[in-house]
Amino acid sequence: MKETLKQFRDGLWDQNPIMVLVLGMCATLATTTSVVNAVGMGLSTTIVLICSNVVISLLRKVIPSQIRIASYVVIIAGFVTAVDLILQAYFPDISEALGIFIPLIVVNCIILARAEAFASKNGVFRSAVDGLTMGLGFIFALLMMSTIREILGNGTLFSGTPFELDLTFGGKIEPASLMIRPVGGFLTLGFLLAGRQKINMLRDRKNSKTEECEGSKS
Amino acid sequence: MSLTSLFAIALSAILIENYILVQFLGICPFLGVSKKTDTALGMSMAVIFVMTIASAITYLVNKYLLVTLKLEYMQTVAFILVIAALVQFVEMFLQKAVPALYQALGIYLPLITTNCAVLGVALLNVEAGYTFIESIVNGFASAVGFSLALLLFSTIRERLEFSDIPKAFEGFPIALITAALLAMSFMGFSGLKVF
Repeated sequence: MKETLKQFRDGLWDQNPIMVLVLGMCATLATTTSVVNAVGMGLSTTIVLICSNVVISLLRKVIPSQIRIASYVVIIAGFVTAVDLILQAYFPDISEALGIFIPLIVVNCIILARAEAFASKNGVFRSAVDGLTMGLGFIFALLMMSTIREILGNGTLFSGTPFELDLTFGGKIEPASLMIRPVGGFLTLGFLLAGRQKINMLRDRKNSKTEECEGSKS
Repeated sequence: MSLTSLFAIALSAILIENYILVQFLGICPFLGVSKKTDTALGMSMAVIFVMTIASAITYLVNKYLLVTLKLEYMQTVAFILVIAALVQFVEMFLQKAVPALYQALGIYLPLITTNCAVLGVALLNVEAGYTFIESIVNGFASAVGFSLALLLFSTIRERLEFSDIPKAFEGFPIALITAALLAMSFMGFSGLKVF
């Protein structure tokens, strides 16, 4: 149980796939122009990640190590094709908006990295949890980026859902469309990573201070 | 298919629709191998080489295998397999035939399999309905655009090593902000219209 909790903490913050491992950048930058797109991308990736982790973990003793990467890629590509077809059938809008980035989940380094680093060495349950936590971390980072970019760049929040909020006060404020262009993607991610480093620095300083206090007492 | 239309495809792929800075394809190597100009150059050469050949081969696979067998939905699986096999083959061929080039490209060749620019160009060629020649030109020019952005970025990043940056921005954050400025300058090309 404790280990599972640690996995969640790793996925969301300590080993966050986007903010710490800096993997899967293409999808991160390209699909975070609106919250709906980001959630669509995040969920698709998470589903593929869990399924491929489970299957690779099940087959880890069968696959010869020389051709393991090729086998992983084929397994992943199979699940991606399934997700792609499901999206086209049931969510044509999201499929249209994400476009080429759905098939490109195949080459999202997060999935191959987790297959190689985790699923090929651990049991089925832990691999499934790893897929889930890493996927949640991915969604978490995508949500933060897309919220910032959608508010600043489009002046809306949750656009495309029934809960759409208009934050331009009826067109009185002109949104900075730069933020939904590629420039905005790089900028937002840069500031997010800097923010994370700042938080960690403050936390470290606090920890070292309390240690000093305790040290002086004793 | 005239020379001018090929020129238009090439120019648009290099500048207007630059893979890294406009379309967000191939960001991982862009951030990963851009710390030194030497490694960036090696990666660029490997990418140009593989993307051009991959465009040609995936075109043939799609047209004569997938379309004739009505298996278009298998595109993703087929293309990634073709690319993985191609990279492996190119690696073995270079090792035997041109050892000097093989040494120069080093570990960058196998890394290309998971470069989304390569799979991206294969899928985009099919989507745009390019002919054989157009696919090759588009693949080559997109890779040149990729290399241009990568080399520009790596030269800036080398100088960043010596500059005084706020502590929280050290490492990836400042690199991303540099990339943002570079992307902003490439936005200027979006107004460029060929014919």
